[in-house]
Amino acid sequence: MAFTDAKLAKYGRRARGNRVWMTLCMAATAVGLAMLALILGALVMKGVAGLSPRVFTEMTPPPGSAGGLLNPIVGSLIMTAIGVVVGTPLGVLAGTYLAEYGQHSRLASVVRFINDILLSAPSIVIGLFIYELMVRPMGHFSGIAGGVALSVIVVPVVLRTTEDMLRLVPGQLREAAFALGMPRSLVIRRVVYKAARTGMVTGVLLAVARISGETAPLLFTALNNQFFNASLNQPMASLPVVIFQFAMSPYKEWQDLAWAGALLITVSVLGLSILARSLSAQRS
Amino acid sequence: MTDIALKTAADSGIKRDSRAEALARFRLSDTLFAQLTRAAAIVVLLLLGGVIQSLINGSLAVWQEFGFGFFTGTSWNPVTERFGAAPAIYGTLVSSVLAMLIAVPIGIGIAVFLTELCPMALRRPIGIAVELLAGIPSIIYGIWGLFIFAPFLQATVQPFLIATLGNVPGLQGLFAGPPYGIGLLTASLVLAVMVLPFITSISRDVFETVPPMLKESAYGLGCTTWEVVRHVVIPYTRTGVIGGCMLALGRALGETMAVTFVVGNANKIAGSLLAPATTISATIANEFTEATGDLYTGALIGLGLILFMITFVVLSAARLMLLRLEMKKGK
Repeated sequence: MAFTDAKLAKYGRRARGNRVWMTLCMAATAVGLAMLALILGALVMKGVAGLSPRVFTEMTPPPGSAGGLLNPIVGSLIMTAIGVVVGTPLGVLAGTYLAEYGQHSRLASVVRFINDILLSAPSIVIGLFIYELMVRPMGHFSGIAGGVALSVIVVPVVLRTTEDMLRLVPGQLREAAFALGMPRSLVIRRVVYKAARTGMVTGVLLAVARISGETAPLLFTALNNQFFNASLNQPMASLPVVIFQFAMSPYKEWQDLAWAGALLITVSVLGLSILARSLSAQRS
Repeated sequence: MTDIALKTAADSGIKRDSRAEALARFRLSDTLFAQLTRAAAIVVLLLLGGVIQSLINGSLAVWQEFGFGFFTGTSWNPVTERFGAAPAIYGTLVSSVLAMLIAVPIGIGIAVFLTELCPMALRRPIGIAVELLAGIPSIIYGIWGLFIFAPFLQATVQPFLIATLGNVPGLQGLFAGPPYGIGLLTASLVLAVMVLPFITSISRDVFETVPPMLKESAYGLGCTTWEVVRHVVIPYTRTGVIGGCMLALGRALGETMAVTFVVGNANKIAGSLLAPATTISATIANEFTEATGDLYTGALIGLGLILFMITFVVLSAARLMLLRLEMKKGK
């Protein structure tokens, strides 16, 4: 009898242990979800309060007066566009090499490894790199340097998704095209790219989402600009940098604008990633 | 007749020529395209080389001036041009390690919940919600940390920590001083929230690779869910989980904006976790545009080089681990 009692006691202990650990796991999930809710909740509350039509029509104000975020919004759009236009072809071509030509070659495995490191390298270091590469030789901060810094972040994202997506294209498709006598480069461009198009677009969208919130690489490449400026050769304002400057300031008007800008960025970034996600879900 | 024959012969001759031409054209464009993609792949290598090269070039002045002492120097004084990286390195390492201590158990807990407990219908929405956390730009974490989270900590958690842990012998030093709100602990907590989704999504992915047969055998022996997780799932996926955590650590080490807002930017080593401190990335972000003189700029770029080396080592280790896992899976 004592034997079964001991056994029962042990079973009870194990069952209790299980309940404790599983409750902790649920608590962990609750903490994670609560954090998301707290951040988004605060963002919406503070951001909507700062939002008004002026945000989209007026320039950034001097301290202590009202204004908008037109110049940083335009600056962010311009530099993001440069980042994508410069970074995407490079990423797509390199990804093509890894998936179609290099595959198991030594160069390909080294590039794959280095790319994974670039993918999570600190973005502030990318800013320092472009500072040394462009800002110092040119002698001044400029929008084009900011765009190039962003493109360095785009490349690894696009490369990774391109390679993954090209690998998903069935080999028979390539073989069928080869059998018709198509040369290899045409097979890749006309058949493989077409089959992997949705996935590659997803990669570009993810890259846009990633760079539109990036601040660190712009701090000392594009710097900031209080005035409207479409010249790539001059310092250019961007939403993240303006948020950084305004949020750290003691002025209420600036802080409100920072929250409004933060809401704008988050909505566009999360919107882009949801779009990318639904595109890739559609595919599978 | 002969005319016609000749004509067709001539025609076919032309055709043969044009076909040869077309083939040559194809061959040319084939080679061009192949070389173009190869060149693009090499450019990616050059990018990394360029990053390292430019960081070394930019920081030459500081290595010449301070040598190895730059790593160990504790003063950071732009006026007297004495620069030491120790406070920034200390802040970077402590905030990241602390963030990992908080985020790893929670992240793995969420992954366990998602793979073992969660009702099927909720798995996707909760998974997406956690991944949305990863999508929020770091500057948002910064502004939220500064205006919402830090005042909250200052009013509630920090006085509590000072009142309780501040009196425990051995921990006194870590929780000494007034509750500033911003500081090393706040930075760690914000970092923990930021890296949480990376740990969760990689852990969940590797947990899902455990063969159902293994888990079912353990359940068949009478194991509880926790025992299955503890003795089957985690040992089976250890390499992947550790790799994922290192990847998250790499992110935490290099994170800039979120930390810059809440770390307090005090370039000194304080024993207390509640005191303002700084990290490598926060120092660079705050001071770079104001830096004058080659030595000051060089010192900041030197900090960047140190940061890059640290993250390079951590990220390489993480990738090698995950790579080994993939090779094992391939076999």
